[in-house]
Amino acid sequence: MSEGHRIIPCSDAVRQLWDYLDRTLSPEDQARVEGHLAFCRKCCGELEFAKELQAFLVSNSADEIPPHVKARLERFVDEL
Amino acid sequence: MDEPAGSPEIGDSREAFERLAREQLPRLYSLARRLTSEGAEDLVQECLLRAYRSFDTLAEPQAGGSWLQSILVNAFRDRLRKESRTVQEVAVEEVDDFSLYRTIAEEDPFPYSDTLHLDFLHAFGKEDVREVLLRLPDIYRAPLVLRYMQGFATKEIARLLDAPLGTILARLHRGRKLFERELWAYAEEMGMLHKGAAP
Repeated sequence: MSEGHRIIPCSDAVRQLWDYLDRTLSPEDQARVEGHLAFCRKCCGELEFAKELQAFLVSNSADEIPPHVKARLERFVDEL
Repeated sequence: MDEPAGSPEIGDSREAFERLAREQLPRLYSLARRLTSEGAEDLVQECLLRAYRSFDTLAEPQAGGSWLQSILVNAFRDRLRKESRTVQEVAVEEVDDFSLYRTIAEEDPFPYSDTLHLDFLHAFGKEDVREVLLRLPDIYRAPLVLRYMQGFATKEIARLLDAPLGTILARLHRGRKLFERELWAYAEEMGMLHKGAAP
């Protein structure tokens, strides 16, 4: 029997890329995406971009708290 | 603080709470600003109030940061419920076909760039990213922020938002797609793209 049942099209692979990175897919789906990435250069580009987007989100997750807001919140803590 | 004076244990506890709260204020405020468009400071205050009342339930002081963030998410969830907002589900087929990677490659917003996709992302400042996030309906934004900005596990997000794991996974999927689509739309609207620039 052929192993064609393991092959998935680009659309399926791309749809599952973030879940693949998060390892939230079933072992079978994880293997299917991995199998697809082994031969599809275009989807490897999508995968790299998904990683870059994740890093982009992390790098934009925090900012400076304005001093006047910090001062107000510290006063709030003092008054609890 | 409205507690009986004179007990060294309570005094120690109060000091420990104050130390933790002050240390975590920047993180809490950042998280609140990404969860909500208005009332971030109010949300942090609600979190601090709840945390102070239940500080004796914090078993492991080193987990204080995560504990406070969880309380803030609970306060956010309760606020949404109180406002009784209608759940704005987005049909999966509406967003599933969009690929930011492909759109950037096809539209070529930075001609002659060797790092086209990275250049696109680097065009965004933190406030731009926040603006884009706030365009997403709450039900998609919250899991996205908690998973990819705060590093919560999906099971933990399901518990915090009181939703089945499958629902959270589906909302994460749609949230990511919506975020990609809105990044592109925002860049277009704000004139961040150099399409058709002269060589």
